[in-house]
Amino acid sequence: MSLTETLDVRPGEAANLILRRATVLDPVAGIAGVHDVVVRGGRIAELAAPGDGDADGAEVVEAEGLHAFPAFFDPHVHLRTPGHEHKEDVETGTRAAAAGGYCGLLAMANTQPSVSTAADIASLREQARAGASVPVGFLATVTRGMKGEELTEMVELREAGAVGFSDDGLPIRSARIMRRALQYQRLCGGTIALHEEDPELSGDGVMHEGPVSAALGLAGIPSVSESTMIARDAALAAYEEARIHVQHISAAESVEIVRAAKAAGVQISAEASPHHLCLTDEEVRSLDPQRFKMNPPLRRESDRQALIEGLRDGTLECVATDHAPHQAEEKEVPFEQAAMGVTGLETAFAALHTELVLPGTIELGLLVERMAGGAAPFGIERPALAPGSEANIALCDLGAEWTVGEDGYESRSQNSWCAGRTLTGRVLVTLAAGQVAFRLRSFSLGVAA
Amino acid sequence: MKHLLAIEQLQREEIEAILDRAESFAEVGRRDIKKVPTLRGRTVVTLFYESSTRTSSSFELAAKRLSADLVSVKAAGSSVDKGESLKDTVATLSAYDPAAIVIRHPYAGAAQMVAGWTEAAVVNAGDGKHEHPSQALLDVYTLRRRLGSLEGKRIWIVGDVLHSRVARSNLIAFQRMGAEVTVCGPPTLIPRGIEELGCDVSHSLERLGEADVVYALRLQQERMTESFVPSLREYAATFQVDTRRLSPRQLLMHPGPVNRGVELSGEAIDSPQSLMTEQVAAGLVVRMAILYELLAGGERPAPVGDGEGAGRPTPIGQPA
Repeated sequence: MSLTETLDVRPGEAANLILRRATVLDPVAGIAGVHDVVVRGGRIAELAAPGDGDADGAEVVEAEGLHAFPAFFDPHVHLRTPGHEHKEDVETGTRAAAAGGYCGLLAMANTQPSVSTAADIASLREQARAGASVPVGFLATVTRGMKGEELTEMVELREAGAVGFSDDGLPIRSARIMRRALQYQRLCGGTIALHEEDPELSGDGVMHEGPVSAALGLAGIPSVSESTMIARDAALAAYEEARIHVQHISAAESVEIVRAAKAAGVQISAEASPHHLCLTDEEVRSLDPQRFKMNPPLRRESDRQALIEGLRDGTLECVATDHAPHQAEEKEVPFEQAAMGVTGLETAFAALHTELVLPGTIELGLLVERMAGGAAPFGIERPALAPGSEANIALCDLGAEWTVGEDGYESRSQNSWCAGRTLTGRVLVTLAAGQVAFRLRSFSLGVAA
Repeated sequence: MKHLLAIEQLQREEIEAILDRAESFAEVGRRDIKKVPTLRGRTVVTLFYESSTRTSSSFELAAKRLSADLVSVKAAGSSVDKGESLKDTVATLSAYDPAAIVIRHPYAGAAQMVAGWTEAAVVNAGDGKHEHPSQALLDVYTLRRRLGSLEGKRIWIVGDVLHSRVARSNLIAFQRMGAEVTVCGPPTLIPRGIEELGCDVSHSLERLGEADVVYALRLQQERMTESFVPSLREYAATFQVDTRRLSPRQLLMHPGPVNRGVELSGEAIDSPQSLMTEQVAAGLVVRMAILYELLAGGERPAPVGDGEGAGRPTPIGQPA
């Protein structure tokens, strides 16, 4: 299904413009070269030879030296609506996504109250049609009120437009309930996305269990609290022939289990977050919860390397930010008391470009592929730059340096793990679902013709 | 040194400077009038979010012996009970322009955060299970007095290392002073990865005889219900330091309060090799030295031309 068949966005003017002499890179479609990207009526009309694109009265964006990628897709975002609109809402969250080069995202259901009924889904979809800068899909909870006890009305939720299901924020403790949900999936479809953590093992932990937690006296969350639950659910998914997506993988053991499950033919997909791909638990020595407290926690360098390897070999098909906005007062407290989570939409591409592509750890093409890899696991067509496609384009300046937070954030919250970092690579323009969703102010002023 | 937040941040020379200062305050304690005017006119706030006897009383007495004005805030019965955030509480207390804030808090990193919110010098009097630097300093002081030096000495820290900020600070402090440290306890109470701090790990008291100093830790009663240990009886049978396991040449320490008959036998506590009373006495002079170092010591130039005015460090040889 295409983006807008499944997701909702505020209707607007279909884009007509030319990205003149852009370096176009869509590794999945096999496109790599300098072209005039001609967008008419919100669709990619043609990839013309550089300088040959017919403007036909449309805006011309001088894009020489700039890169055009398929816009990104984030399958894991907390829009905090309903209930915590002081942290984020549909409008601010999708604006942050657009600024990060995203053309679509999936919103988690752990709101207040949680998204557990068809009416909840209908109301959120209406809000998206009224104010979303980029298409948004909503997940519903697997269990009522995320209590892990009874299934939600999954058929009705799907009919109302729930893209999939997740109790993200909490694991589904009971193997029995987990199995029932997987059985029921045959009736209603919809990928079940899983926050994998055994609370018996993670207990009151606040960071990765290891030498750093030992040195700081902080209660640890062992890697096995994640990997044992993934192993359980992969086995259940295999048994029920169900489709699962593993969220925010953090540990080397987990990557290994997903890899083995895939090899065995289990319908399993998995994501990693930019912060787990860039940082380790050594950061926690600062005891700064604003940037470094999240669940799952930052782990060891060997885990980070395993995640990168998983990204390379496709064990992890996508990057997902787990964008988790929190207000200052929930973070300006000692580490153990602080809320879990960091924001990431506005910085994901730039951070991974800076930390992984520039040092040569991964290829640019791989990053571009994984940044949009989160659509397919939920049955959504991946954004592409082939002529005829809906225009979903991220135009980036890979040489631009910027300091995160210097000009504020589009998000309503400021708990960015990148705050204060200087990143290289910046999104200048985002086209989402055929509309211009974002233009960096300084850039659009620079080229105003 | 602006703050005392963690032993981890101190060099050996800085530790020694505080201990040397404490030695000179020990002399003050033997006078009839045990008070010096060093901090006259300056304010010390103690802010305790956890119950404490030894640490709070010794910091309060230390401030008074240095002639500071003292404000003691306990979380229970204060605006903290009414839901005031740590940041707001610190802002409120900072309005009194205190020279120092001594804080104990149940969570790691609290003192460090407070240091970012106030102009005052901040002393960490225990933050969660992270650090308890003044305890480590007084323990090193006690040992240095008895042994002359910790260089090459073998120190065993025995018991619930996992939940102990004292263990963490002492492990670092003892090693900085040249000692070799072994932590010993059941695997459930030794944090995974602790050996990366440079210590040995043992799960048995069998080799306890090689220790010059045995430092026992308190075992909280609730550790049993959480299945860290099956029973006090089994814990005591396996890990209690008693006079049978202790040889007379070994020194015994404990941060207090002790569970008699659990981590230590009554006999061991009352034996002449126990340094526990000396530890408490050391607490006062070491905490005086900490306040002195932060507020009147180091590079801080003495103000001139204001006579006996506030804020002027006074030579400690002069009684007030």
